[in-house]
Amino acid sequence: MIMEPETPWWDLHLQDIWHYRDLLWMFVRRDFVAVYKQTVLGPLWFFIQPLITTVVFTLVFTGIAKISTDGLPPMLFYLAGTTPWNYFANCFTKTSNTFVANAGIFGKVYFPRLVIPLSVVISNLIQFSIQFLLFIGFWTYYMAAGAKLSPNWPMIFTLTPPLLLLLALLGLGTGIVVSSLTTKYRDFTFLVAFGVQLAMYATPVIYPISQVPEKYRWLIQLNPMTAPIETFRAIFLGGEIPWLALGISTGTATIILLLGILIFNKVEQSFMDTV
Amino acid sequence: MSTVIKVENVSKLYRLGEVGTGSLAHDVNRWWHKIRGKEDPYLKIGQVNDRTKSISNSPTETLSTSTSAQEMDYMWALKDISFEVKQGEVLGIIGRNGAGKSTLLKILSRVTKQTTGRIKVKGRIASLLEVGTGFHPELTGRDNIFLNGAILGMRKTEIAAKFDEIVEFSGCARYIDTPVKRYSSGMYVRLAFAVAAHLESEILILDEILAVGDAEFQKKCLGKMKSVAGEGRTVLFVSHNMAAVRQLCERLLLVVNGEVKSTGDVDSTLLAYLSQEVATNQQWIRPLGSSPSAGEFSSISVELLGIQPEHELLLTCILKLETTNSVMIAFDVSDSNGTVLMQALPYSEPFIAGLGNHRVEVRIALPPLIPRAYEISAWMGTHNTETTDYIERCVRFEVIQSPNAKRSFPHTADHGWIAPRTLSCKITKP
Repeated sequence: MIMEPETPWWDLHLQDIWHYRDLLWMFVRRDFVAVYKQTVLGPLWFFIQPLITTVVFTLVFTGIAKISTDGLPPMLFYLAGTTPWNYFANCFTKTSNTFVANAGIFGKVYFPRLVIPLSVVISNLIQFSIQFLLFIGFWTYYMAAGAKLSPNWPMIFTLTPPLLLLLALLGLGTGIVVSSLTTKYRDFTFLVAFGVQLAMYATPVIYPISQVPEKYRWLIQLNPMTAPIETFRAIFLGGEIPWLALGISTGTATIILLLGILIFNKVEQSFMDTV
Repeated sequence: MSTVIKVENVSKLYRLGEVGTGSLAHDVNRWWHKIRGKEDPYLKIGQVNDRTKSISNSPTETLSTSTSAQEMDYMWALKDISFEVKQGEVLGIIGRNGAGKSTLLKILSRVTKQTTGRIKVKGRIASLLEVGTGFHPELTGRDNIFLNGAILGMRKTEIAAKFDEIVEFSGCARYIDTPVKRYSSGMYVRLAFAVAAHLESEILILDEILAVGDAEFQKKCLGKMKSVAGEGRTVLFVSHNMAAVRQLCERLLLVVNGEVKSTGDVDSTLLAYLSQEVATNQQWIRPLGSSPSAGEFSSISVELLGIQPEHELLLTCILKLETTNSVMIAFDVSDSNGTVLMQALPYSEPFIAGLGNHRVEVRIALPPLIPRAYEISAWMGTHNTETTDYIERCVRFEVIQSPNAKRSFPHTADHGWIAPRTLSCKITKP
């Protein structure tokens, strides 16, 4: 092995990650075991958070602001928006401080740094699954109660996993871009917290895209998160699947991720000097 | 024997000071040079790695025209380091704190990158710059063995194969399914070291980790390291513990101010290390512009002479009296945290008299001290209760040699800073 001061930008040594795949699972396991140790309610917190958020959304946006939900039951509408959104947002916020939060370990031992954000994306699936179960619970309840839903059954089974992957890639891609930028200039950490909140309003999470004035709709559709959220709703609650937008969103996600890996790779070589 | 590590002209430039808007300007300037295909402008201006120099106490340097404040922001932590390590060799890397040893190890273990130069390595490197990296307090001992092993680069199957050996070495078998936050600190480091000691890699990098656990466990660690070295694996070992270095290493590399000062067999390199001028010639000079009082120190310098246990301090101070009262002086020796260890009082009544400047040279016999940096505060007064000047922790000196040359385990401050000499120790039948 030869260590040069600078490696060419295309040398991503991704085969290293394969060698460290055991470590990846070890980190996932650690996150799983460690998160709810010494809390009384344990994983119940995963239920409580989205439940209360949804109730608040229902009260504020439907009850007070009277924003349309396209005739869908408001609770279900918000849950179908927040469930995928939360997965993306968690992946993004938790990977965006990779370097700063792990400076201690990174300064002492070498392993492919990308293992950490990858493990975060995987361990976030646990939280997602619980929220998803909550959603399915309400969904079944509303269907039994005879709400006007037209789920797209074949798509539920074929499109949900790739949709989840798309959310993960978007979260991971944007997260590692930000984490690479924060090593030297911490200014970005301030952006992350409220940036995610703002981004939610730029995504049709609490409103349907049909409510956006025709003039500005393209702006919302530029957001790569719009298509996955709309698709998630379409397959479970009924509606058109925006195939074109979904394709563009996948393309954007791939570009962001590639860009992210390139920057991440560049930064991981010397970030210990600036962090 | 074949060369397994070849380091060629490796240098590392660090930026000093805070990262702020200034660094953004530098980044932009660097990028501008890069896209025009020019050399990084900041590579040319780095300073030699000598942390004892700063703008305040090296007036000649700030006055010279070539050195601007901007240039002081960059420092070469390592400068043109070249050396080779052969298969199965145990190479010790020694040098004072801040000489660049750790930077070198960090580059070799891929934690950071060198600025220039290249390194060729044959085989897998495992580095132990710290024990227990990544240990999670909530996980059990068992889980942590697997996690820590994986962080250090082992595959799950490798760890599983060595698991029983690791547990046995650590002596924590009973607590292996207990979260490590319930462990005593001793058990914690034992477990951590045990994982590290069972790493399977061709090249092992060790940094100062001998200083863990109690005396018995340290002996065990040293033994384990010896056997690791005996297995034909290559070991790079950084330590301040001269006895351990002497016991383990076949060859030494002495790093001084970021450069390889000498390399060769253990005895001659150790001698070079011990006889190098240590950070003793430190000087304090009163900053300009302070109002003169009844009497004050203008400058104080310290020098450590001799070799333990017969070493002494030479304190030279210039003082200025503006009073007809005579004064007395005293010096406090403290550790680097400011805990005062002893006071040297040349005379117990005022003995310096007369207006104007006086130069006072005081020689003090030091007790045997453990290797560490010490600081000196200077006091002046007309009476033992009347202070005219007190300069707190103004100069420092560093003791690098153990007071007991035969001691094989490091000194810790837990047992005090002074290691008294044993005059005799007899065993008789009662």
